[in-house]
Amino acid sequence: MAQKTTIWKITSLLLGLGLLAMIMYGCPSQTGMLDTRDAAQRVYVAPGEYDEYYAFFSGGYSGQLSVWGLPSARMLRNIPVFSQDPESGYGYSEETKPLLMTSYGFIPWDDSHHPDFSQTNGMPDGRWIFINGNNTPRVARIDLTTFETAEILELPNTGGNHASTFVTENTEYILGATRFSIPYEMDKDVPIDSYKENFDGSLSFIAVDPESGEMSMDFQIIMPPYHYDLGRAGKGPSADWAFFTTYNTEQAHTLLEIYASEFDKDYVVAVNWRKAQEYVREGRARTVPANYYHNLKDKNTGIASSTVHDEVLLLDPKDAPDMIYFLPTPKSPHGVDIDPTGEYIVAGGKLATVIPVHSFSRMIEAIENEAFEEVINGIPVLEYEATIAGEVENPGLGPLHTEFDGDGNAYTSVYISSEIVKWSLENFEVLDRIDAYYSIGHLMITGGDTPNPDRRYMVGLTKTSRDRFLPTGPKQLHPAQLYDISGDRMELLLDFPTIGEPHYAQAIKADIIRPNVKQIYDLDENKHPHAVMRPRDARVERDGNVVRVYMTNIRSHFTPDNIEGIRVGDEVYFHLTNIEQDWDMVHGFAIKGANSGEVLIAPGETKTIVWHPQRTGIYPFYCTAFCSALHQEMQGYVRVSAVGSDVPLTWRTGEE
Amino acid sequence: MQQVTRILLLVIMALIYTGCGNGEEREPADTRDEAPELTEFELEHGIGPVTERLDIGDLNVERARRGAEIFDLRCTACHRMDRRFVGPPLGEVTEARSPEFIINFILNPEEMTNRHPIGQALLQEYMTIMPYQNVSKEQAIEIVDFLRYYAETGEDLRD
Repeated sequence: MAQKTTIWKITSLLLGLGLLAMIMYGCPSQTGMLDTRDAAQRVYVAPGEYDEYYAFFSGGYSGQLSVWGLPSARMLRNIPVFSQDPESGYGYSEETKPLLMTSYGFIPWDDSHHPDFSQTNGMPDGRWIFINGNNTPRVARIDLTTFETAEILELPNTGGNHASTFVTENTEYILGATRFSIPYEMDKDVPIDSYKENFDGSLSFIAVDPESGEMSMDFQIIMPPYHYDLGRAGKGPSADWAFFTTYNTEQAHTLLEIYASEFDKDYVVAVNWRKAQEYVREGRARTVPANYYHNLKDKNTGIASSTVHDEVLLLDPKDAPDMIYFLPTPKSPHGVDIDPTGEYIVAGGKLATVIPVHSFSRMIEAIENEAFEEVINGIPVLEYEATIAGEVENPGLGPLHTEFDGDGNAYTSVYISSEIVKWSLENFEVLDRIDAYYSIGHLMITGGDTPNPDRRYMVGLTKTSRDRFLPTGPKQLHPAQLYDISGDRMELLLDFPTIGEPHYAQAIKADIIRPNVKQIYDLDENKHPHAVMRPRDARVERDGNVVRVYMTNIRSHFTPDNIEGIRVGDEVYFHLTNIEQDWDMVHGFAIKGANSGEVLIAPGETKTIVWHPQRTGIYPFYCTAFCSALHQEMQGYVRVSAVGSDVPLTWRTGEE
Repeated sequence: MQQVTRILLLVIMALIYTGCGNGEEREPADTRDEAPELTEFELEHGIGPVTERLDIGDLNVERARRGAEIFDLRCTACHRMDRRFVGPPLGEVTEARSPEFIINFILNPEEMTNRHPIGQALLQEYMTIMPYQNVSKEQAIEIVDFLRYYAETGEDLRD
């Protein structure tokens, strides 16, 4: 029966699509309708069936991380990370507000760019996904059992954390770097035109606890004042190395468009992080002043709290030889990507006419032979000819990022000519090219940046949609395209709008994550200090002008739901415990006049929202999530009386 | 009705296709699942994971005490012993229903409401479906003993 249903549904869909195609393009004899039907079939996931992959798209200026199923491109979730989310109460609830604290105060927005999974032996293990905040430099960890942000770590003495969050083979480190060089010394006040004397770059190595996933700033490396753009961890033979691109080696501080594009070559930075770690453990790093926040959600209470750190370990390449090298690379390179074997280092020279490909083994030889052009701040510059393995000719205009399919092919996104170019890692010759709609940034292959990608799908993340969809005004959503890369030619399957501005994305086989996803928070494990487990403990307490309401929710009432004795000027905390234990039975809470948004409370969870009543009167509150047939009845009232009123504090539900 | 709409849509689509001279014949599939009739056991003892009589034995006071704790946590949002609240009073439920029936209702409330005539009648009266509360079968047996203890002695072990 289920199979018949599926066939019926597929048939209806195909007929529908066919009909649409025919209305638009005429009868099939005159058009390529069969191709469209074929593409539709390859992305069709029947109702009730699951996608093969989870895909995580960065939200860019939305500060979020959106979750999609592939190949259907159905959106599954939008995870708030660096931005307040009025939908869920993230960043509004008392439990989550500390996650957005920084040394600059509460910052409810950031620009999230590059997600990367935790890894075991080079393969994503589905435990956590990390993402960077570029603006007020931060790195976040999202727990993939709950799809919620669990931790945010600020990067000290950094100007724009863009080359992040690339993860090493066994999640030893998450990479970070300064994109916009600034004086490394904390809060240093200098003339901007003293750039060359006073500004610095820095690279950050964030350690991850293998059990808890907890992040810590292990050490930083001070660098010349270039701009550090993107990064990657090595693989296999190069696993102990991290790579970054630089631009603005010209050291311009104004009109970079012109002045940072003068040199023919900038550098790929190769850092032997294992050696750096040894130097740090030997005590070669200096402890320097810093000021940065570490915000962590407690697993048992669900409450985030902040720790402030005031120092960081800094390693200077001048005190740490044989650890870090520059590989000259044309021209203002953007992405630096390592092929699945760990041998090739591909740079996207966005102003270059070729794609330069360095060889890791030749790099090691060049280091042994000391094939150095010069030494800058203790960092040897290797000779270009000594490390280069080949240059891809005619790659299009503005190559940015490269991904790999594990069968010896590389795929490079090319921004200006708006296309994806497929080329061979054997002879560096272009094999195929396909249009991107329009102006492609990153691209992503399922199975991702690993020694063993899945040659199935590729997603192009493009910057402008123009005429691709029904128009929605001068600003439109950023699109993505899904391609099938299993054959010799790349084939476009689907074109769809996304959330925010996805920069990079990751996709992982659904089976790695799905079995571990939680359906409820177990009430027995809820250690929130203000949780109420049973309605008989529900109550209201006053301490001066602070009032705490301990409230339960279950279909379809709040306990208590009538509260009197609140006064103007009180600070009222509603501690809501959803005592449901059934999957996806979410309740919400909102009260008239609250300037803090709503909260959504998952089954078994406790969430808190604060309310400052300003005027006397009767205030309705209600469940914002349609939870049951009697959802409309799930409401209550708070009576607010004047300052100094003698209305006693009382509460009730029903006639009790 | 939905089926009729589907068939109509299909006919319209087919007509448009055949207009292009390459029409295909397709049999509309029957998509309705017919629910099987309830068995004698299900009518008497409910629909759910318990499909045969359980030998839970005589009232066990220790079990009843544990049941009181779980009842307090998972049931009191909606139930009182002596009067109607969100759901029905439970003081005498063990005299009207078998332990198996009560356990199936706790463990499988949605299907009991949708498919069992007693569940359907309760929905008509109380207008709400009992939430699934992730109670284990062992805990459900303990709740039954808590309710049996109350029915037999009139004493509420939560007090």
